[in-house]
Amino acid sequence: MLETIWFILWGVLWAVYFMLDGYDLGLGALMPFLAKNDTERRLIYRTMGPHWDGNEVWLITAGGVTFAAFPTAYAVMFSGLYSALMLILFALILRGISFAFRDALDHPRWKSIWDWCLILGSFLPALLFGVAFANLFQGIPIGAGGIYQGGLLTLINPYGLAGGLLFLLLFTVHGSLWLAVKTEGDLQQRGAAMARKLWPWLLVMAVLFLLSTQRLTFLYDNYLAHPVLFLIPAVAVAALIMIRVFMGKARWWKAWFASAATIAAATLFGVVGLYPDLLKSSIDPAHSLNIHNASSSPLTLKIMLGVALTFVPLVIAYQVWVHWLFKDKVREQDLDHEEAY
Amino acid sequence: MDALMLSRLQFAVATFFHFIFVPLTLGLSILIAIMETIYVRTGDEDYRRMARFWGRLFIINFAIGVVTGLTLEFQFGTNWSRYSSYVGDIFGSLLAIEATLAFFLESTFLAVWIFGWNRLSPRVHCLSIWLVALASNLSALWILIANSWMQHPVGYTIRGGRAELTDFLAIVTQPFAIQQFFHTVSGAYILAGFFVMGISAYHLLRRQHIPFFTKSFRMALTFALVFSLAEIVQGHIHGGEVAKIQPTKLAAMESHWESQTGAPMWLFLIPDEKNERNLVELGRIPGALSMLAYHSFQAPVKGLKDFPKDERPPVTLTFVAFRTMVGLGFLFALLTVVAWFKRNKLLESPGFLKVMLYAIPLPYIALQAGWIVTEVGRQPWIVYGLMKTRDAVSPIAASQVGVSLGAFILVYSLLGAAAFYLMIRYARLGPQPLPAAAGEEV
Repeated sequence: MLETIWFILWGVLWAVYFMLDGYDLGLGALMPFLAKNDTERRLIYRTMGPHWDGNEVWLITAGGVTFAAFPTAYAVMFSGLYSALMLILFALILRGISFAFRDALDHPRWKSIWDWCLILGSFLPALLFGVAFANLFQGIPIGAGGIYQGGLLTLINPYGLAGGLLFLLLFTVHGSLWLAVKTEGDLQQRGAAMARKLWPWLLVMAVLFLLSTQRLTFLYDNYLAHPVLFLIPAVAVAALIMIRVFMGKARWWKAWFASAATIAAATLFGVVGLYPDLLKSSIDPAHSLNIHNASSSPLTLKIMLGVALTFVPLVIAYQVWVHWLFKDKVREQDLDHEEAY
Repeated sequence: MDALMLSRLQFAVATFFHFIFVPLTLGLSILIAIMETIYVRTGDEDYRRMARFWGRLFIINFAIGVVTGLTLEFQFGTNWSRYSSYVGDIFGSLLAIEATLAFFLESTFLAVWIFGWNRLSPRVHCLSIWLVALASNLSALWILIANSWMQHPVGYTIRGGRAELTDFLAIVTQPFAIQQFFHTVSGAYILAGFFVMGISAYHLLRRQHIPFFTKSFRMALTFALVFSLAEIVQGHIHGGEVAKIQPTKLAAMESHWESQTGAPMWLFLIPDEKNERNLVELGRIPGALSMLAYHSFQAPVKGLKDFPKDERPPVTLTFVAFRTMVGLGFLFALLTVVAWFKRNKLLESPGFLKVMLYAIPLPYIALQAGWIVTEVGRQPWIVYGLMKTRDAVSPIAASQVGVSLGAFILVYSLLGAAAFYLMIRYARLGPQPLPAAAGEEV
């Protein structure tokens, strides 16, 4: 029971992470297509400035909780996916620094270097998280004793790439909508147009992904056993359609919330399908790591549950407050009056 | 080199780099919070400008601290997977608690502080930097509790081929953890104090922004003085704790080979690891080692020779690092005491100001040396007495680690260069007039 609660919490943490960091990863990756000059680039940075770091802590927490609640799964997952994770890590390092350093010197080449760190540092994690999670859904070659048997390119397979593209589209739509929410004038127009342009591709990709999930993975087994669970993918699809509806009415906040719901429900769709496995072995189900053979002791799970139930609501409360505090659109004069990092 | 050696090097690079930037943020956040509090209480604009000027330097360090901290969390899984699954039940939960309690608070309220100058009342704005300071230090507490468990594992039992938690409170409240926390944060506060004094000295030497930097200098001086003196007493207590629970580390710290009662200390010695002796020993202080470690001139102190060879840490490195740390620790106390007597005539003491300017790197060296003692001195164990480092590494190819280590060295060198360039530039620029011109605030 305790293990199941932690499995759900584990999935929820990843869902919240993708839902939040998704918009700043997506917007960062799209920056060269959205900003025409330095002021616009600064505005784009400024829309993410107060939030990106708080969003990224959800990743640290999701990673930490994997370590705390399912240490064996954490160990095998992180060592098995070594190269992919290192790429994500370097990308996140450089993009994180670009927020702090970019406007610290008024020199075009300096700024351009950090802009590219932001762009590539946002694009790569968006793509690679998708590749990694699709591979987790599909199963990776784990042998006896939790030893990863695959090579560097094992993760690059059709389903993995489909997952990567899906995440990239989810995040870029999410980021375009964030820009439409947070800016006005030309920049808002471009964000809105970008979201409208990307949405049909997202729809196509989502349908393709759901179909290939049926052919290439066992995720639907849980759903067929408990049909009520189909509510989760149904919410994902409904939210995806609501994005289009709200975009049509130019209701940008609502469209953004619909996009957030799409991302969260899509993540949970995969995680629930995976249950009770955390890491499915594609070699032999006996080598799979699941909540029974990979979790921490009941005492640790209990203590961690106490910590999570006390502090996570508190975190959500003050992060909501911060989003409320900075809810206004970012204007050019804000760049002069407030300090960009 | 094999995956083990490469992983050790990579971890060393990642931790040392991380800890160049983090200690400053631990202390400077508190100093900035005090500055802003004085501004809120008195309305003295100088203190508001101080908070913003030092805040800018704080942000550069904080940013590097955050992103390099991510590396550390990842690495336990990527490079030390056997360690992670063996002790994750305990160690993993401490890291997760750190993230939940401290990282969210720290990151979220730093953003509030940076972007909230014109949106919040001065009191609430000031509260946000206090929360950042609290969270940074809370984060230090949890990570040091986790590290202390690697130094002295308690509150666990071996069950099902791994260490499982049995007593959470024993881990969180063990004396070693408390001592290590106070020792580390005091060191960080000394570093922050010297950083602020050194940069202030630079401007005072040039006779610019005199009231601004006199105030900064004095505030940092009080801070550094208190913690430099406290660190000497506290370091002694912490050393006693090490002697009790990690006898091999103590012996390596002192390059002490033969077990004996009434063990002496040497003012100067050169270890000769190969021949298990010291090449040179000068300035004998009888019974001093026994006294310092066990509070009795006659207490027996076990020598390295009485430990199996494969359970001894590298002696020379541990010994040199320990001497460096202790020597610098006394120097900090001396410098801050001298500074205290000169505090009202700083401008008339250009020689001393110059010393304080050039002293900026010293606490950095002392802190890194301290971590060498802690981590190298614990070898060959990853968890003292429980798991050897060589048994902890992931089953991964050396080539993979080689590539990532190369990438770390490259990326971190560039980041380090950029960060120091920015820090020096902003430090030299001095405080900017308020309200600031476009884009040049803080």
